[in-house]
Amino acid sequence: MSRDWPLWEVFVRPRGGLEHRHVGSVHAPDAEMAVRHARDTYTRRMEGVSLWVVRSNDITASDPDRSAEMFEPAESKIYRHPTFYDLPDAVKHM
Amino acid sequence: MYTTEMDKKAADAGLAQNDAEDPAKVARFEERVAADEFIEPNDWMPEAYRKTLVRQISQHAHSEIVGMLPEGNWLTRAPSLARKAILLAKIQDEAGHGLYLYCAAETLGTSRQEMIEALHSGKAKYSTIFNYPTLTWADIGAIGWLVDGAAIMNQVPLQRTSYGPYARAMVRICKEESFHQRQGFDLLLQLVNGTPEQKAMAQDALGRWWWPSLMMFGPPDDQSPNTARSMRWRIKRETNDELRQRFVDATVPQAELLGLKVPDPDLTWNEERGHYDFGEIDWAEFYAVVRGDGPLAKERLKARRDAWDQGAWVREAADAYEAKQAQRSLAA
Amino acid sequence: MADPLFEYLQRLGDDSLILAQRLCEWCGRAPSVEVDLSIANMGLDLLGQAQLFLAYAGEIEGKGRDEDALAYHRDAAEFRNCLLVEQPNGDFAQTMARQFLFSLHRELLLEALTASSDTRIAEIAAKAVKEVRYHVELSSDWVIRLGDGTDESHRRMEEGLDWFWRFVDEMFELDALETELASSGIAADRRALRGEFDRRMTEVVERATLEVKPSQWPLSGGRRGRHGEELSRMLAEMQVLARAYPDARW
Repeated sequence: MSRDWPLWEVFVRPRGGLEHRHVGSVHAPDAEMAVRHARDTYTRRMEGVSLWVVRSNDITASDPDRSAEMFEPAESKIYRHPTFYDLPDAVKHM
Repeated sequence: MYTTEMDKKAADAGLAQNDAEDPAKVARFEERVAADEFIEPNDWMPEAYRKTLVRQISQHAHSEIVGMLPEGNWLTRAPSLARKAILLAKIQDEAGHGLYLYCAAETLGTSRQEMIEALHSGKAKYSTIFNYPTLTWADIGAIGWLVDGAAIMNQVPLQRTSYGPYARAMVRICKEESFHQRQGFDLLLQLVNGTPEQKAMAQDALGRWWWPSLMMFGPPDDQSPNTARSMRWRIKRETNDELRQRFVDATVPQAELLGLKVPDPDLTWNEERGHYDFGEIDWAEFYAVVRGDGPLAKERLKARRDAWDQGAWVREAADAYEAKQAQRSLAA
Repeated sequence: MADPLFEYLQRLGDDSLILAQRLCEWCGRAPSVEVDLSIANMGLDLLGQAQLFLAYAGEIEGKGRDEDALAYHRDAAEFRNCLLVEQPNGDFAQTMARQFLFSLHRELLLEALTASSDTRIAEIAAKAVKEVRYHVELSSDWVIRLGDGTDESHRRMEEGLDWFWRFVDEMFELDALETELASSGIAADRRALRGEFDRRMTEVVERATLEVKPSQWPLSGGRRGRHGEELSRMLAEMQVLARAYPDARW
């Protein structure tokens, strides 16, 4: 049975000034063709001005089972957010 | 294009809950889904959820890809350049939607190749509607208006489905499909305002596509054994009969606007219910078409198999080139 | 003799239209879903170009014919496309070989036409050249991958190109009509594009580990309406509805 090409993840910059965002994936034999396939699949309606592709196998993800120790410790650091601080009304812009 | 619960046997195979699954994990999963949280690819999920999703998403993907064929049948004969461009863009969207969906299903650990093989071997199903022939140009309008209309009814609620990659694919698809139904209606509008032959063509198309479109929503709720569980898991958000009723209610006034007659003598407005009553669907026909007895089932599958088999040397060549390039950059 | 500009615009429009129609025949049959999307994109670009050039042609002719009247109600002998674009698709190698040769010539032609003294032509060319530049890139990628892929793909690409060499010269012919239009700055001098075409074409063909083989017996005649057998068959399919219901609007 004949094989399919490897999978690539596609990232699109919607317009100048914004970051690339993951939009989906394509199959392609190599990086250059992956960019072409990404262009023909994900930017048919002027969705972007720039594309990244990366082999899906090359992505390392955090383990969802460890999300408690990964992400919950940040929840208590409320002093990192500007709303934590009560300023006198006299201070107009800060 | 979408269809649901076509293959009862396959559904049952996926039903058996794995006894070895940790009840605490199952409970936590059910809790998250009930709270409308999204499940993402690496999250723990019950095997039955994974299997049901792979089946549902890949069926949907196959439907998009097979669905290109009946419309492609008229692409080379589209009667104006503008219509040709619209139809090509629409069929291309379907290829894109198939691709989005295959990719969403792949995140569940089944490769696109496996899914395609399941389609080609007849193991996987696709929407029965595409086994009906497109006999005239008006059928292209009817497919856009009715088939895409029915698909949209199904797809809109799935934007909130519990599996993240599926929901995101659905958001993109719904956004892009919004023109598909309109172009179909617009095509028919042109026909009914045209010559008597054109109007007859439009009526004939509605006559042939109406019932198959209603069948797209799947069997009635009392014959759809997995509905309750799929609803609980948020991979189905409304029942087949609810969606079918909504489709009839929305579509009948549009047919009136076109001046076309819906081929159902029992169709009447029920003031009390606030809905249209409609006639009995011929479920024997539905199951026959699901089994592959549809007028064009063999041809559709053959076309897909041929495309895949005849493309094998192209895919291999591109792989071989990439391997050579990798060798060369190593040697350099 | 018809207006030379009308003739010229039909040549430009028909090249796009006929190739778009050929690409439509691929619909749902490509080696992968991704490739189906690529082919459809090229088809859509070409259809758009055909509409623009033929609409303008109809205006210049001044007999009330629009782009659809020209596309659907001319016979094969009235079509002005080059012979290359009407050639059947064959396999994927042949389709990409045809796409590569045509697109490269077309890119150079459109680039030159962005400076046309006819502003409408210059505007269409400026839009179209970006689309066709991408077609050149994509088809070059495929010519290279298939040529330098497996033994089978190499053989198929070689056969594809071998069939098409005979249609290359026609794309660079400059007959009396175009010479006239070129002298007034409306048309581009096709002969002046040949050097650049040969240079870039050779580069790609060599990267594909293939050989350029100029034809000993080049064919032409498309610009005068002398086409191969296949065109009328293709038009019979394309025009069937429009011809069967001549009074209908779609």
